[in-house]
Amino acid sequence: MSDARKTQAAVQTTGHAWDGDIQEFNNPLPNWWLWAFYATVVFAVVYWIFYPAWPVGGGYTTGVMNDITFVDSDGTEKTMHWNTRALLLKDLQESKSATLSHEYLEKVKDADYQTILGDAEMMAFTRSMAVGLFGDNCAACHGAGGTGVIGLFPNLADDDWLWGGTVEDIQTTITNGRYGFMPSFRETFNDKQLDDVAAYVLSLSGQHKADASVARGKAIFQTSTGGCYYCHGHDAKGMKSQGSANLTDQIWTIADVPDADTQEQKLAAVKAVVTHGVQRTMPHWSDRLDKTQIKLLTVYVHELGGGQ
Amino acid sequence: MIKHESIETNAGLLIVLTMIVISIGGLVEIVPLFYINGTVEDVAGVRPYTPLELRGRDIYQREGCYLCHSQMIRPFRDEALRYGHYSLAAESQYDHPFQWGSKRTGPDLARVGKKYSNQWHVAHLNNPRSVVPQSVMPNYPWLLKNDLDYSDIQERMRALKKTGVPYSETRDEYERNVKQFGKSVADKLDILHAEENLISQALVNDYDGQPSRITEMDALVSYLQVLGTMVDFSKYNEGYFAKFR
Repeated sequence: MSDARKTQAAVQTTGHAWDGDIQEFNNPLPNWWLWAFYATVVFAVVYWIFYPAWPVGGGYTTGVMNDITFVDSDGTEKTMHWNTRALLLKDLQESKSATLSHEYLEKVKDADYQTILGDAEMMAFTRSMAVGLFGDNCAACHGAGGTGVIGLFPNLADDDWLWGGTVEDIQTTITNGRYGFMPSFRETFNDKQLDDVAAYVLSLSGQHKADASVARGKAIFQTSTGGCYYCHGHDAKGMKSQGSANLTDQIWTIADVPDADTQEQKLAAVKAVVTHGVQRTMPHWSDRLDKTQIKLLTVYVHELGGGQ
Repeated sequence: MIKHESIETNAGLLIVLTMIVISIGGLVEIVPLFYINGTVEDVAGVRPYTPLELRGRDIYQREGCYLCHSQMIRPFRDEALRYGHYSLAAESQYDHPFQWGSKRTGPDLARVGKKYSNQWHVAHLNNPRSVVPQSVMPNYPWLLKNDLDYSDIQERMRALKKTGVPYSETRDEYERNVKQFGKSVADKLDILHAEENLISQALVNDYDGQPSRITEMDALVSYLQVLGTMVDFSKYNEGYFAKFR
């Protein structure tokens, strides 16, 4: 107690007094704090010398001894003062991960699809690069595993393809995008005809017994009354050139038949598609991804399960 | 000299002095950007929003999209790999206020335009988990139900014109836009034809899949689909943009 009193007497107070005798010390700043502060001031001055800092007229001081060299898009080497944009270009060209993948990217760029698919090392690289590309660009619609959403986005992991499942077809689809279109038949058919067509379509995959309705539906489908065969073909197996679906298998991309519990729900699902038609767009990626990236994705999608 | 005590015991003086100190900090960082050449890059293609896109942008702000989504791709490798080319100052020169944002709960949207189909945007805004199961984004089902209110579109464009966005009202302003943006864009920036331009853009593109109606979904999707698509980066060398820094 008496020691504390002594210390109090030794230091200055601010002279304030509250509630009679509560006073405030006026201690000097701790030395470590003061020196840290001076150090930040010195750091700022050093920074001004080596980095872009002070505005001067319409420009600014660019700093000394901080040149960054990178290869520009036209292949020429450029050197300029330190800035984050030049730093990014250098980083994309020279960083450890960039140089590591560079060698493989060059290999994939020059190889044809058969070579890539047959080379275990290139396939391992392709999978690890493409899984990121797929996640950033494709997974929003087709899902992380490529299984799609029934009614909206096709499943890429099965072996049923609307626009073709060869590497060439997949590459064309990614590069240019696709526009899938089936007209609405609401104005063309009456309600009973829509029922008949739905029954016939279900019978094609063995999900409806052959009855009078199916026979009527077949007449509409296979003649110019409905003209369904223009796009789906007389065998109803679809056409790659039209992106039309194969109706004879049990894989459905638009009509949610697999989730239908009863025969009525199955008919209603198919009828809804015939009634309203389909309009779906797959965006083109040629502006966003380069040719090598599209190649990696093509192989990845091809290998998701159903490549032909 | 002012003593500590006189500042600390005088709230009014303390407020004024605090504001002065903070203003200096802000001004020395911001003001030089107003007169340094090349703060806004010289680049072709950036235009003000069409009336429909503008209403979409209003809805983007009304729904608070900026609270979770930034529109600012920084010049870092990981961002370049995920989102694409870094954002240019020029690309938000007609944004008042800009939507750069500082928080990413969802992904950056600066280059979301044309990345997904209209149909995806409609399904996703209506119920994000219908297409992205792990999403934490709320549902916005009313966008499809609400008819778009565009009764005050001309006033909205006039207000932006006051901040320097080149929407046109007079013949001279229109001619200036034709020179700067070309005729087809200049037509869309004409305040006097705003309503018919808005209606025709919505009907021709039918963003929401409901051809007979113009909903808030039409406007928002039209805005999202134009984000980051105005500059054709294949026309420029990368070094060109670095020169401005």
